[in-house]
Amino acid sequence: METLLNPLVLLANFILVPGLAYGSQLALGALGVTMVYAVLNFSNFSHGEIMSFGAMCTILATYWLQSIGLSISPLPTALLALPFGILGAIGLCLLLDRLVFRFYRHQRASSVTYLIVSIGVMFVIGGVIRFIIGPDDRNFNDGDRFLLKARAFKEISGLSEGLAIKSSQAITVITAVIVVAAIFWFLNRTRTGKSMRAYADNQDLALLSGISPDRVVSITWVITAGLAAIAGTLYGLDKSYKPLIYFHLLLPIFAAAIVGGIGQPLGAILGGYIVAFSEVAATYAFKKFLRYLGPEGWSPEDLVQLLSTEYKFAVSFLILVLVLLIRPTGLFKGRVL
Amino acid sequence: MTFLIGENMVGGYGGTDILNGCSIRVDLGDIAVVVGPNGAGKSTAMKAIFGMLNLRSGKISIGGEDITALAPFERVKKGMAFVPQTHNVFTSMTVEENLEMGAFINTGPIAGIMEQIYELFPVLKEKRHQCAGELSGGQRQQVAVGRALMTEPKLLMLDEPTAGVSPIVMDELFDRIIEVARTGIAVLMVEQNAKQALAIADQGFVLVQGENRYTDSGTALLRNADVRKAFLGG
Repeated sequence: METLLNPLVLLANFILVPGLAYGSQLALGALGVTMVYAVLNFSNFSHGEIMSFGAMCTILATYWLQSIGLSISPLPTALLALPFGILGAIGLCLLLDRLVFRFYRHQRASSVTYLIVSIGVMFVIGGVIRFIIGPDDRNFNDGDRFLLKARAFKEISGLSEGLAIKSSQAITVITAVIVVAAIFWFLNRTRTGKSMRAYADNQDLALLSGISPDRVVSITWVITAGLAAIAGTLYGLDKSYKPLIYFHLLLPIFAAAIVGGIGQPLGAILGGYIVAFSEVAATYAFKKFLRYLGPEGWSPEDLVQLLSTEYKFAVSFLILVLVLLIRPTGLFKGRVL
Repeated sequence: MTFLIGENMVGGYGGTDILNGCSIRVDLGDIAVVVGPNGAGKSTAMKAIFGMLNLRSGKISIGGEDITALAPFERVKKGMAFVPQTHNVFTSMTVEENLEMGAFINTGPIAGIMEQIYELFPVLKEKRHQCAGELSGGQRQQVAVGRALMTEPKLLMLDEPTAGVSPIVMDELFDRIIEVARTGIAVLMVEQNAKQALAIADQGFVLVQGENRYTDSGTALLRNADVRKAFLGG
C-alpha cells in the first residue's frame, strides 16, 4: 500500500498542488483576457500590467492597514486590502477606456491597431508601476505560511513522503472557485450579464434590442479589472510581487485563453489549468517518482526532467503554436484570432 | 392619418444616392410589402426608415411624430422593431434568452409577452432551452421575429424574412405575419418572393432605382399586367 501511496503523494506535492494554484491564477487572468476579446474584440496585451497595477494597489493598501494595526491573522492582510486593489484596477481600466480605447472603438479600428495600442498602454502602465512602487521584489504575505506542513503530513499519515500545502495556495484555489462561480452566475442568470453575452454574440442585433453599448463596455472593464486585480494579488501572495513578472505571465495567460477558445469563459478556465499542469509537469524531475515504481535499489541515471525550469515559458509557447496549427478555434470553438 | 410615413426619402452610402425620393406608408393592422428588382433600394429604404442610414432629405414620422433625427435604439423605444435579413438571432444564446434580450428595454415583467410569442410560435416553446444557433432556418426566423415582437412594437419591419427557407416554411411564416398584423401591429416587409408576399399585402410598393414605380393594394398590383410582366415573371 505504502509503495503505491508514496509516489502519489510525491506527485500531489510537486505537481497537483502547485499546478492547481498556478492554474487558478492563470484561469482568472485568461478569463479577463477572454472577456475583453469577446466584448471589445481585441487582444488586450496590457492585461498583465493591469494585474500588476491591481496587485500594487493591494500592496500599498496592505502597508497602510498594517500601519494602523489592522490584521486578520492567520489570513494575510492582503485579503482585507484586496477591495482597494480591485477599485484601483477598475479606476485604471475606466480611465484607459475613456482616454484611449474609446477613441479607437468609435473609429471602428481593426484588431491589429487595437493590439498595438494595447502594447503601448502596457508599457505606460508598466512604467507608472515602477515609478510608484519600484522594480524590487516585495513579499507582502504576512499570514501563516503553511496550511499543512510536510512534516505534519508525514506524522499523520506515516508515509515517508510529505505533502505541503501553502496557505497562499489554498487561498488562491478557494478564491478562484468563488470568483469563477460568481462570474458564471452573473453571465448566465442576470439581465446585465446576458446583455453582455448578447453584445459579444451580435453587436448590431444587441443595438436593435436597445442594449446600450457604452454600458456593456463599462461593465466589461469593471469585471476585467476586478479579475485582473484578484489574479495579480493571488499570484503575488503565492510567489512574491515583482513588477516585471506580470509581463512574463502574458504568454501563459494568452496560451490559456486560446487553448480554451478565445471568447469562451469556460475555455479560459480549462485552458488555465491545461497550461499550468503542462508547465509544472514538463519542468518536474521525475527521478524520485520513477525510483518508487522501479525495482528495489534501482534509480534512473539522470533527473528525468523534460525541461529545466528556466525554460518553462517554452511550454506555453509550444502549446500556443500547436493549438493555432491544429485547432485554431481552441477546445470550446472560440473565435479565430 | 397613416401610422408610418417615410416621405421623399433621398440618401445612400457615401457619395451616391440609392434612394431617389421614394415614399413608403403603412397603417396599423396593415401589411405593406416592398418589392422590386435587385439594387432597387428595398433594403436601403428599410434601413433609412429605421435610422441606420442618414437621409439627405425627406421625412420619417410615426404616429404623427417626426423621428427623422432619432438614432435606431431611440426608434425602438418609439415602438419600432426591425428583423434584419441575416445575423438576426443571438446564436450562442438559448431561444428564451433571445426573447429576453428582445425585451431588454422593457424593465417590467415579460412572462406574459413571452407566453404570447410561444402561442404564436409553438415550436419555440418546445425548443426554448436550446441554442438559437442549433435551430433550422425557419425556426431561426421565428426566433428573430419573436425577439423583435418582445418589445411590443407598433411597427414590425422585416427584411426578407423568407430568404433561404423552404416554400412550406415560407407559407407558414406568412400565416404568422398575417396573425401579427391582425393584432393591430403595422407590418412592413421587403420580399424576394414577390408574388406570395403581394398576395398577403394590403399595400404594395414596387421600387425601381430608388423611386416608387407602382403603388397600389397587393391584389391590384398582382392583377396589373405591366407589373406582372416586368417584376413578377409574367
